[in-house]
Amino acid sequence: MPDDLNWAIGGEAGDGIDSTGKIFAQALSRAGRHVFTSKDFASRIRGGYTAYKIRSATDRVESVVDRLDILVALTERTIDENLDELHDDSVIIYDGERTEMEDIEIPGDMTGLSVPLQRLAEEAGGAIMQNIVALGAACEVTNFPIENLDSALEKKFGAKGESIVDNNKEAARKGQEFVADEFDHEFDYDLDTTDNDYVLLNGDQAIGMGAIAAGCRFYAGYPITPATDVMEYLTGRIEQFGGEVVQAEDELSAINMALGAARAGARSMTATSGPGIDLMTETFGLVATSETPLVIADVMRSGPSTGMPTKQEQGDLNMTLYGGHGEIPRFVVAPTNVAECFQKTVEAFNLAEKYQTPVFLLADLSMAVTEQTFEPETFDMDAVEIDRGKIVDDDEVEAWTDERDRFQPHFSTADGISPRALPGTENAAHMSTGLEHNALGRRTEDTDVRIEQVDKRNRKVQTAQEEEDWSPREYGNPDSNNLVISWGSNEGAMREALDYLEEDDIDVRFLSVPYIFPRPDLSDDIESADEVIVVECNANGQFADVLEHDALTRVKRVNKYNGVRFKADELAEEIKQKLQSEEVKA
Amino acid sequence: MSSEVRFTDFKSDKQPTWCPGCGDFGTMNGMMKALANTGNDPDNTFVVAGIGCSGKIGTYMHSYALHGVHGRALPVGTGVKLANPDLEVMVAGGDGDGYSIGAGHFIHAVRRNVDMTYVVMDNRIYGLTKGQASPTSREDFETSTTPEGPKQPPVNPLALALSAGGSFIAQSFSTDAQRHTEIVQKAIEHDGFGFVNVFSPCVTFNDVDTYDYFRDSIVDLDETDHDPTDRESAKEKILDADKEYQGVLYQDEESVPYSDLHGLDSNMADIPDGAPEGAMDLVREFY
Repeated sequence: MPDDLNWAIGGEAGDGIDSTGKIFAQALSRAGRHVFTSKDFASRIRGGYTAYKIRSATDRVESVVDRLDILVALTERTIDENLDELHDDSVIIYDGERTEMEDIEIPGDMTGLSVPLQRLAEEAGGAIMQNIVALGAACEVTNFPIENLDSALEKKFGAKGESIVDNNKEAARKGQEFVADEFDHEFDYDLDTTDNDYVLLNGDQAIGMGAIAAGCRFYAGYPITPATDVMEYLTGRIEQFGGEVVQAEDELSAINMALGAARAGARSMTATSGPGIDLMTETFGLVATSETPLVIADVMRSGPSTGMPTKQEQGDLNMTLYGGHGEIPRFVVAPTNVAECFQKTVEAFNLAEKYQTPVFLLADLSMAVTEQTFEPETFDMDAVEIDRGKIVDDDEVEAWTDERDRFQPHFSTADGISPRALPGTENAAHMSTGLEHNALGRRTEDTDVRIEQVDKRNRKVQTAQEEEDWSPREYGNPDSNNLVISWGSNEGAMREALDYLEEDDIDVRFLSVPYIFPRPDLSDDIESADEVIVVECNANGQFADVLEHDALTRVKRVNKYNGVRFKADELAEEIKQKLQSEEVKA
Repeated sequence: MSSEVRFTDFKSDKQPTWCPGCGDFGTMNGMMKALANTGNDPDNTFVVAGIGCSGKIGTYMHSYALHGVHGRALPVGTGVKLANPDLEVMVAGGDGDGYSIGAGHFIHAVRRNVDMTYVVMDNRIYGLTKGQASPTSREDFETSTTPEGPKQPPVNPLALALSAGGSFIAQSFSTDAQRHTEIVQKAIEHDGFGFVNVFSPCVTFNDVDTYDYFRDSIVDLDETDHDPTDRESAKEKILDADKEYQGVLYQDEESVPYSDLHGLDSNMADIPDGAPEGAMDLVREFY
């Protein structure tokens, strides 16, 4: 386990919590420290508790834990909200000169540092910089070189002019000096720095970056938490590569616009979350039946209905796997961390065009809003390969026409993948439809043609199953009889949980599965293990159902559905208890 | 094939299954003629349709086409046109498809002003589901689902389009082949969203809005002193509940289509074999 620091700033929404946290995260990242952030936020613009949390170490960190070392509390409630995670050595930085904070009681043996944030900020040029004063104070507490903060401030405020940057630097200095002068206290926290260069980004941004890298030029979407960052990332950037983002009037429009652009030959995508994916469902079948390549990202949040829009859940797996009337050939790809949001997005575009079918990119809130540090090479643009599948050019059209020279866009091939002519291709004009159709794309109710076309579309999935690598990633002890399986963003917490379990002499083999459909056949792994646990952030174990079905056996389940992602230490404890329980096993 | 394109090149070898006498035959013929007259050919034309009798048009025409889900043809057309500005995009729909299930998309497509043509085959009834009231049905029109009439005023699609900032708003009558063709042609030539509401009578289920009714009541704007660039005059005509007009009601010749406003002029289908040049800058941004 990394020797890490857990830091947070909390207050009311509208207090600049998010941007302040981001500045500190960036300062840490620029100092060559790994960073993993998480956010507590409510579905409102102003008021209400909100917090930005950072876990940071010189080793890689990939999860959150139940521990908070330094808390910048802009409100009293911030302390109450985090009481469970605070411990005797925790340091709480607050502004004791503010009337509402005057009578604050610091719990237990914790250290309370009353720093006049507002007064010092005013001295530096404006009360608005009170959070920056707190960052300076935090630097002193952690013995973290404040120059790293300077560079993050330059990045954040550089566009606003030199004096703004200087004022902020001054505000940070005042916070630092106040703590140094006023508190005769040795703190336990000492942050090392390294020479490593890291980039810091979240999953939504990684999806957007992957889309541009993969040649996506058209995005249509409708704002919804927590998928909006994908759209915001692409806006202003995709245009530089000749693309366009359209904010559609609703999700029905968004997916149909994306479909239209894909028919015209563009690599095209939409992204949404729970309620939005419901609205798009109607068009899933059209995408699949018209054999249009389309990437549909579902950044899951807590459901059902409006649920908890700002909380974590992996509840849409069934929706992407089974959503839509009739039977729809599709792919469901679920990245397991922020870096994979990039890589799997690139892959999703290749799968979509290669197999001419919808590809669901199943991400989740925890990954979408979590900023993480990576070596820049993680996002290796040179490694991006683009496979556009069976697009036919003007010269190849003739090979795919019928006896009357009509192009056959749904020709039933051995691998199930038909030739694809983009509009503008000579002598290949054709229609596609959501109706069942023949090879020409024309409506049919002929029973034999129906079977031929359904089989053809399903054959694409079989081909993909054989041709692509759907393997899970494996961690822990490969020979262990205890098998844990998870999907999506649980991977980081679970990997760290392996360390905790090892401390308790419990060995575990862990499989992290980034592909839901097609997926690896884990039947043998499941049958040969003594204990099998499937970890997921939902109440009913949707992936566990799927695996039980595949392996015709029963697995134990660890589920979390309070709206918060798994924490490594908590997960280790749950697994320990499950392994010791007498729960049913076939 | 561009130089010697004839309108029959846009005809597929599939015989329409519309009822004999259906107004949609004339509507479609006019569309094909207008496409040919404006120098298009099937290889650069994309026709989008939704569901209903109108939705069948993609099958009977020869071009690139998508027959989609109910009410969503305009978003599809929008995506096609923005992704490839070289394509001539024509969206067809019915009054149910466009003004009921797709009404939201209609208003936003009008205000988005993408350079495409939207032809609505308005027969003031649901034909394919066998005779229910549509959004343009008269208030007292008795149907299987509205035995005493809808008891609500019909939608005025022209007024909707005008209020949403429409840059080209026209109406035609499918039987008046020459005028209909001419009007659709003007819509195609318009730089922006060309909207044509076509009276396309349903001979099977609508015994009120018949050929005879339209023939007797239509006023051709070319025979009036109407100036289509005059928005006030257009408003007056559009809100005149007592008359059925044929012709271009409003055209903003200064309108700037979406693609021009957003600087979109290249075919988005053209992408490199790997990540685009400059992609590493996307990563560096996150230092």
